[in-house]
Amino acid sequence: MPAQGSMLLFVLLGAVGLLGASGAASVFAGGRSERWSVRLGVGGAVAACLAGLGAAALALVLRADAVRTFAWNLPYGSFAVGLDPLTAFFLVPTFLLSGLAAIYAVGYFRPWHGRNPGRFWLFYNALVASMALVLLARNGVLFLVAWEAMALTSFFLVIHDDAADGVREAGWTYLVASHVGMAFLLALFFLLGRAGGSQDFAAFAAPAGSAGGLFLLALVGFGTKAGLVPFHVWLPEAHPAAPSPVSAVMSGVMIKTGIYGILRTLALLGGVPAWCAWLVLGLGAVSGLYGVLYALAQRDLKRLLAYSSVENIGIVALGVGLGMLGVCHGLPAVAALGFAGGLLHVLNHAAFKGLLFLGAGAVVHATGTRDVERLGGLLKRLPWTGAAFLAGAVAICGLPPFNGFAGEFLIYGGAFKALLGSDSVGLGGLAAVIALALIGGLAVACFARAFGIVFLGEPRTADAEQGHEAGAAMRGPMIALAAICLALGLGAGAAVRILEPAVTMLTGPAGASAGEASMTWLFPITCAALASALLAVVGALVGLRRRLLAGRPVRETVTWDCGYAAPTARMQYTATGFAQPLTQGAEVLLQPHVESRLPAGIFPAAAAFRSATGDVARHRLFDPLFRGTANLLGRLRWLQQGRVHRYVLYVVASLVALLGWALVR
Amino acid sequence: MNAASILHPVLAVALAPLLPGVINRTKAFFAGRRGPPLLQAYFDLWKLFRKGATYSRTTTWIFRAGPIVNFACLLAALMVLPLGRVPAPLAFAGDFILLAYLLGLGRFFTVVAALDTGSSFEGMGASREVQFATFAEPALLVGLAALARQAQDLSLSAMYAGLSAAVWSQALPLLALVAAGFFVLYLSENCRMPVDDPNTHLELTMVHEVMVLDHGGVDFGFVQWAAAVKLWVLGALVVGLFPPGATGRPLADLAAGLAGLLVLAIATGAVESCLARVRLLRVPQLLVGAGVLCALGLLLTFR
Repeated sequence: MPAQGSMLLFVLLGAVGLLGASGAASVFAGGRSERWSVRLGVGGAVAACLAGLGAAALALVLRADAVRTFAWNLPYGSFAVGLDPLTAFFLVPTFLLSGLAAIYAVGYFRPWHGRNPGRFWLFYNALVASMALVLLARNGVLFLVAWEAMALTSFFLVIHDDAADGVREAGWTYLVASHVGMAFLLALFFLLGRAGGSQDFAAFAAPAGSAGGLFLLALVGFGTKAGLVPFHVWLPEAHPAAPSPVSAVMSGVMIKTGIYGILRTLALLGGVPAWCAWLVLGLGAVSGLYGVLYALAQRDLKRLLAYSSVENIGIVALGVGLGMLGVCHGLPAVAALGFAGGLLHVLNHAAFKGLLFLGAGAVVHATGTRDVERLGGLLKRLPWTGAAFLAGAVAICGLPPFNGFAGEFLIYGGAFKALLGSDSVGLGGLAAVIALALIGGLAVACFARAFGIVFLGEPRTADAEQGHEAGAAMRGPMIALAAICLALGLGAGAAVRILEPAVTMLTGPAGASAGEASMTWLFPITCAALASALLAVVGALVGLRRRLLAGRPVRETVTWDCGYAAPTARMQYTATGFAQPLTQGAEVLLQPHVESRLPAGIFPAAAAFRSATGDVARHRLFDPLFRGTANLLGRLRWLQQGRVHRYVLYVVASLVALLGWALVR
Repeated sequence: MNAASILHPVLAVALAPLLPGVINRTKAFFAGRRGPPLLQAYFDLWKLFRKGATYSRTTTWIFRAGPIVNFACLLAALMVLPLGRVPAPLAFAGDFILLAYLLGLGRFFTVVAALDTGSSFEGMGASREVQFATFAEPALLVGLAALARQAQDLSLSAMYAGLSAAVWSQALPLLALVAAGFFVLYLSENCRMPVDDPNTHLELTMVHEVMVLDHGGVDFGFVQWAAAVKLWVLGALVVGLFPPGATGRPLADLAAGLAGLLVLAIATGAVESCLARVRLLRVPQLLVGAGVLCALGLLLTFR
């Protein structure tokens, strides 16, 4: 349906334009009226997201497939934009979460303390616009321009609180990581475009035998944005530094553009060698375990969530790797289940990670701290935030009846299907099963800890004691996301059906029938019927309990403390203590930095204990790498002397050299 | 599916409290005591369900929801659980993943309900529970993967239905390894010896009992009943591995399965009487050992 496709494409471009215009308008209005600045910014964002969400959803249902090219005065560039199931699928969470986070931001930033709100809205709306453009672009130059715009706008959002401790350094880390990744993408698009003679995606061609190498470039370049280990180092720095609605959008959807890039490259290359599939599978397993173990060791709530994003990107990569393995070995059911699970997890993660970051933002807003050891008992003070956070925590652990289970179930399905296959593929399936099961168990530990320590028990400090519920603008989006998590869990069968055209793009036509068969067979019964039955049983038991307790005495007292006379909130189990058995087992990987002064002597005086967990990839891999590079480049310092005539000499010398080269050639 | 399939979940809910009774009588026999009546668990439930409730001021609705959600998860798990040759009421590809994750959901709520009390005792139990689960869950799934690969089918009922005497004679090492692995999981998941001691309510060594220390009345009734059903669920996974030979008559198969569960309960009592609890730090090794047994079983299917 090209006509409908073009129309939807125009709506989407209109949304992108509206985002840009409203952001700019917000800045100009900000000088005069704070209120109007916020209204323009959030109004434009919400309206554009609603229009974009509608158009993207419609495109998915209609299976729209359209490309439009506009004239553009840029070398090699053309303003080619397109809409296909893959783009439409990624657009849905992008607009959904961005719109909700924009509403949340209104409550989160109030009061503005005299700063121009346009400072935020300009970059926020431009970030959403550039993410949409990345997904729509069908030309290498346009894609890279949008990609760079996305990196820069998100950089400015990360350093929004530029006066706070460590924020600028986090922003710097992010900026460097973005551009290192960008370098690989430049090489990728240059090579793809040179072979095809044009930067339009339609003309891209991989030179014979180079598909594997090109995919490797894409994996590093896009993997840096997605946060695959070991390219994830910017994530745990940037996410905690950014304001919470920005963290939600970055973690929920922006890093998914990296996954989109990998999948788009797969579709463009046509086929890749089998070792690429094994590499993605391995990176997925490593990222998943690495992320969840580090998440378990964190004290900073938002840093914990950032590491959990690394974990979830790992789960997505496990699905994608299984899908690629299925394609390479001619197992359409494995391919369909793997890709479908990976894609569904992208959507699911946007919902629950967005929700969790917004919840963490509400906690920070209420108490002024992100340190879980200083919190506690918040469920009584923030009942709505707490309930929504619990929904997100259950969902992210992959537990039924929430949406996390649906995506992981499909990936498990792919892994077990692979396990039934031939020996080599079977081992891949086995590795995926073990990785998923370990990640699942550790995620339960991690999020039982996060929810339990922050929201349950007694407040550990006065900050936590004075916490207050978030305002309506912040509460609404959280409740909406919790409802979406549940709806996607119960309606997973329908979600999978909508996914199908995007999956078919990746598996090829053979996967379509196998996918159809295995998924319709696997799915609707599981998720809808049993999850609803579970909820019904819970309801029945609640009713039973109420009947049994009716007319009987229900008293309140203190927690049983074995007769101890003076219990204090400090005697509760801490987050560090809760995770200690597991983190100690993983010490080799986590390499925690511990300073302790133990009690000594018969009458011990003061004792102290501190522990902090840095990132081993950063300390052992990137720090030495960057130091080495800096040392090496330091040797060229003598070239740079600050004297203008020497610089003129350099210019003349290079000109002469170039002329000589041109003559010889 | 047949009448026996429908009957099995009902029987499981009704008869599960018998299992702790059998275990306790066995332990009493070994100790030379008379022991509590066989139906003691039913008497306890009857008593608990007629009591009022006392809650800590620290707790919230999470504390009240914990036992209910846990119990509901186990009841839902019964819907995909076969008992020996008796298929589950619902069987579909991947149902065992749902089973594992329903147990996980129950565990999550038990753990957060324990943390809700703010007691350091219960926090300690919760911490240990999630630690052990981290090792137990992969072991369970790897064992099930071995069975799936052996049966070339992804539904729990089909995996268990195919375990005839002929299959046993042919795949004896695999099934024996998986059975040994599952027996360890059955003991640890149900917090029995040698992982946890169900008799010690106030010691620093406990796991499950300490997490439910603050529950009382109706809630504790749910906890106890759910614990009994959990014995049944994991027991069925072990018992199903030992087929009594296909009788072809569903009700006879069901009776054989029930007899198997009773034998398993007696074996549990015997193990508990003869073994000491292993040191807490050794428990992960025990669980990893169970995982290794299952993985070895799985590797036997590769050649």
